[in-house]
Amino acid sequence: MNLANLSPLAVLLPILGAALAFVLIRHTAAQRVVSIVILSATLLLECLLLASVWEGGTTSVTLGGWLPPWGVVLVVDQFSSLMLVVSTVVSLAVLIYATGQGMADGDQEAPVSIFHPTYLILVAGVSNAFLTGDLFNLYVGFEILLTASYVLMTLGGTGPRIRAGVTYVVVSVVSSVLFLIAIAMIYGATGTITMADLAIKLAELDQGTQNLLHVMLLVAFGIKAAVFPLSFWLPDSYPTAPAPVTAVFAGLLTKVGVYAMVRTETLLFPGDTLNVPLMVVALLTMVVGILGALAQSDIKRLLSFTLVSHIGYMVFGLAMSSITGLGAAVFYVAHHITVQTSLFLVTGLIERRGGSSSIDRLGGLAKLSPLLALLFFVPAMNLAGIPPFSGFLGKLGLLQAGVQLGTPLAIVLVVGGVVTSLLTLLAIARVWNRAFWRKPEDAEYPDPVLQTPGNVGVLPRTMVGSTAGLVVFGVALTVFAGPLFHLADGSAEIMLDRTAYIHSVLGDSAQVPSVGQSGAAR
Amino acid sequence: MSINLTLLIVMGVLYACGIYLILERSLTRVLLGLMLLANATNLLILSTGGYAGLAPLFDKETASTQYNDPLPQALILTSIVISFAVTAFMLGIIYRTWALARQDEIQDDLEDRRVARTPSFDAEDDAIVPLETSEFVVTASTPEERLHPEATETPKTASSREGGSA
Repeated sequence: MNLANLSPLAVLLPILGAALAFVLIRHTAAQRVVSIVILSATLLLECLLLASVWEGGTTSVTLGGWLPPWGVVLVVDQFSSLMLVVSTVVSLAVLIYATGQGMADGDQEAPVSIFHPTYLILVAGVSNAFLTGDLFNLYVGFEILLTASYVLMTLGGTGPRIRAGVTYVVVSVVSSVLFLIAIAMIYGATGTITMADLAIKLAELDQGTQNLLHVMLLVAFGIKAAVFPLSFWLPDSYPTAPAPVTAVFAGLLTKVGVYAMVRTETLLFPGDTLNVPLMVVALLTMVVGILGALAQSDIKRLLSFTLVSHIGYMVFGLAMSSITGLGAAVFYVAHHITVQTSLFLVTGLIERRGGSSSIDRLGGLAKLSPLLALLFFVPAMNLAGIPPFSGFLGKLGLLQAGVQLGTPLAIVLVVGGVVTSLLTLLAIARVWNRAFWRKPEDAEYPDPVLQTPGNVGVLPRTMVGSTAGLVVFGVALTVFAGPLFHLADGSAEIMLDRTAYIHSVLGDSAQVPSVGQSGAAR
Repeated sequence: MSINLTLLIVMGVLYACGIYLILERSLTRVLLGLMLLANATNLLILSTGGYAGLAPLFDKETASTQYNDPLPQALILTSIVISFAVTAFMLGIIYRTWALARQDEIQDDLEDRRVARTPSFDAEDDAIVPLETSEFVVTASTPEERLHPEATETPKTASSREGGSA
């Protein structure tokens, strides 16, 4: 039996776990055990999937006995299985962190037993979006994870969270409506919504219709991925949620949007018709995002802006539509999920130890808690792209691909990428200088906790442990960057070739249309 | 593929009203706008199904061209369920906003307003610029002084003379 046939379990296990956690809503301890066990089992399964795809290549699973192109298919290829593994590692770390926080606070701040079921549903939605080979099923995956995220965003129902939740919900619903309109139009134009079948049939449409559908999909996914003109909602809504929730949102949700953009660009609309606009948008995302980060004094908001900014790097890699560019983008997505999540987790710890997440109130944390300083320093340098960390390697790959492409616009983007990286370092160094390096007395409005001697605001071991685990995982991405880059390049090659994907869904007799290069990016 | 004109006009009106309503500041109107948008999209999906036909229940005597396309209907059902869940959640949020703030309006982000008001002059970073950055004590601190020690001496002596005379 092929191991890939187990891939529906990556979605089903978290949903079953959510049901079980919901039944156990009065037994908090049992709920915690159930969610952690279920998520670990899912992670194990996804590691097996990754190994089997590595050996055996792209495979697809038909659901419900309806053959493609009618039924829903799940497709496991190298990119989707890599995303599954990284996302579940991150979700597991955040879950353990949240459990630690819940235990330490006696469920005051991150309250309510609804957290665990909702969290598992969120993981199921993310897995579904990564696995599906059907456009409407992708919409359903998005809706599963978005609906779960609405609940997590407004957890506790305090004033600021409700305010941020309204913006988030309205923007997400509008982007979903746009996506649904695009699906309806695609179905009207081609009569199918299976992505492999669409890859063949969309190529038969005339160029104008193709461009319309292409842009509609990109706008819908661009809102979810927070690409520059459509990113206004993210720094507004993410920082108010509880620390673990912000961490998992920052790590996963925007990356699902990026994943969908990658699939659109490589599978549905290959070629380079929209590469120039995508590159311009990538440049604006990088620069505008990081300039926003420099103005912030709240660490969570600052990190939200760096999150927006670094989405630009992924779009840049995607817009080059070369194997090296796309491979570097895949590597960068894996790196960024891990690093951004660990930084938000550390910010949760900072808030706990220092009583605030505003750099006007913090100071002297390096002396108060050297471990915390180390946990912040490593992912922060990683995010800024300081050698030898994986952030540097990912950026180097992108810059190399940009130089290889050699168009004037690509060179501008390479320069923009370097500038963004330096500005990220500046923003991060500002946090480091103020929150960690200076004396607590020098802060503008020092938090009383910082000047109280003794062990005030001790950090629970589970929270520190899970954060440290994720930081170590981020460092492991650096140590094993060679094999990972190999995998990323391999997955990019398979995605740009498309034959393996289409054949695994529609059978080996399917004709793969050749990719037309309009030469617009030259 | 023929298109039902009535359906098309209704769809257009729903989209127009929906977009108008989500631009309002009142949350209830925004919700109504979202509902209209969702329903307009459902009509759009329905019209992509092509010609009207028999209900897609399999019957050996009926030719396959006489059936209606069942797939858009399945899609619409799913999207109705999803918009139902979102509407219920939004109603909950609107009620909560009312309970907390006694108003049905979108509130401003205070931190965002604060950052926007921040002047470009930063009190800590810009006010005190340390002139001497090195920790080592150097007698001549700037390159000019090192090159022309006598040039820097003259104003000093002049000032000391002034001080002496005063």
